Amino acid sequence: MAGTLQFDLVSPERRLASVSATEVQIPGADGDMTAMEGHSPTITTLRPGILRAVTSEGVKSYIVTGGFADISPSGVTVLAERAIPAEEASSTILDEILAEARSLADAALPEDKAQAEKNVSDVAALRDAVQKH
Amino acid sequence: MPSLKDLKSRITSVKNTRKITKAMQMVAAAKLRRAQEAAEAGRPYAERMNAVMTSLAGGVAGSEGAPRLLAGSGKDQTHLLVVMTAERGLCGGFNSSIAKLARTHAQELTAQGKTVKILTVGKKGREQLKRDWANAFVGHIDLSDVKRVGYANAADIARQATAYFDNGEADVVTVFFSRFQSVISQIPTAQQIIPAKFEAEAGAASSLYDYEPSEETILADLLPRNIATQIFTALLENGASEQGARMSAMDNATRNAGDMINKLTIQFNRSRQAAITKELIEIISGAEAL
Repeated sequence: MAGTLQFDLVSPERRLASVSATEVQIPGADGDMTAMEGHSPTITTLRPGILRAVTSEGVKSYIVTGGFADISPSGVTVLAERAIPAEEASSTILDEILAEARSLADAALPEDKAQAEKNVSDVAALRDAVQKH
Repeated sequence: MPSLKDLKSRITSVKNTRKITKAMQMVAAAKLRRAQEAAEAGRPYAERMNAVMTSLAGGVAGSEGAPRLLAGSGKDQTHLLVVMTAERGLCGGFNSSIAKLARTHAQELTAQGKTVKILTVGKKGREQLKRDWANAFVGHIDLSDVKRVGYANAADIARQATAYFDNGEADVVTVFFSRFQSVISQIPTAQQIIPAKFEAEAGAASSLYDYEPSEETILADLLPRNIATQIFTALLENGASEQGARMSAMDNATRNAGDMINKLTIQFNRSRQAAITKELIEIISGAEAL
């Protein structure tokens, strides 16, 4: 039995989760990663994607739209700009987020354009992934 | 000497005023609870953010490639003051004390030969600063139709403030708001957000972490978020302070109205008694004359 680590998910407006989990799957900016107990201390930024925490009560999924994760051997703290429990995420909300990302990308300065476009495609991929479920 | 009828209507009117102030006080109390909860809920995020930023900034500060939001533009000629106040009045000295702090700040900067620009958030502060600083106004953010201040509002303000900095129209950005201490005490505060300031903790903490992607990329990504977070915290604190200030102002008003009613009632009773006595004397002296 693998050990557990403390998993906290906070958005600017509220704390969404504070549970102990055996593993946490994080959509990192450079690729997905899974944090388990004893993970070396890492800070990573997030891309829009699905965050999964495996707890004793099952798997909990959240849609996150960016932010960062602070991983230490004993816990994971995810600071998400916006986080929605997966079961509450409807395609309307996702369409809204996509439209927002799109308008930001259109308004972005040339040097930020690539980043913003990547954000849009990440959100689009996220929406497709959610709709498949 | 006002007539009995005048006194009576005076008392009724003050009683109505008391009802209104009492109702406002209770509404403010309910809203205060909500505002405090919101401020409480936002705290973990702000704290974590600050902790991570501090350790990141400690490693990068002073080096050549430090992002501009952290290092500044190298000048401090133009100051942008973001003055956050309430959309409504009747909350005691809440709006005035924020405006006053901003005004003193602006005067000091002008005396030093700096250029001052003002971005107002909330109608009341704008009205108060209009007289002396109207030509320093560069914009206004209206939150009057926003029922509940969300992170999106803060992000929007942050975007505007950062835009001034990026375009070279401002070198230093400071926000003015009221920190919530308790219902009877709110402290007007000035907080510099650009260039970002962090308490210089030992930079050793940063070396413990692995960064993905690189430290600089993360920092560049987080700095704008951190500004939005600070503004969001300020907005929440301000919301709680406003309700707290309104609550105690309305509590005072209710108490004053009560005192006024007591005074007027005594005056009313005295005049009535005087009238009765006068009538009696007239009857008695009339009877004696017969």
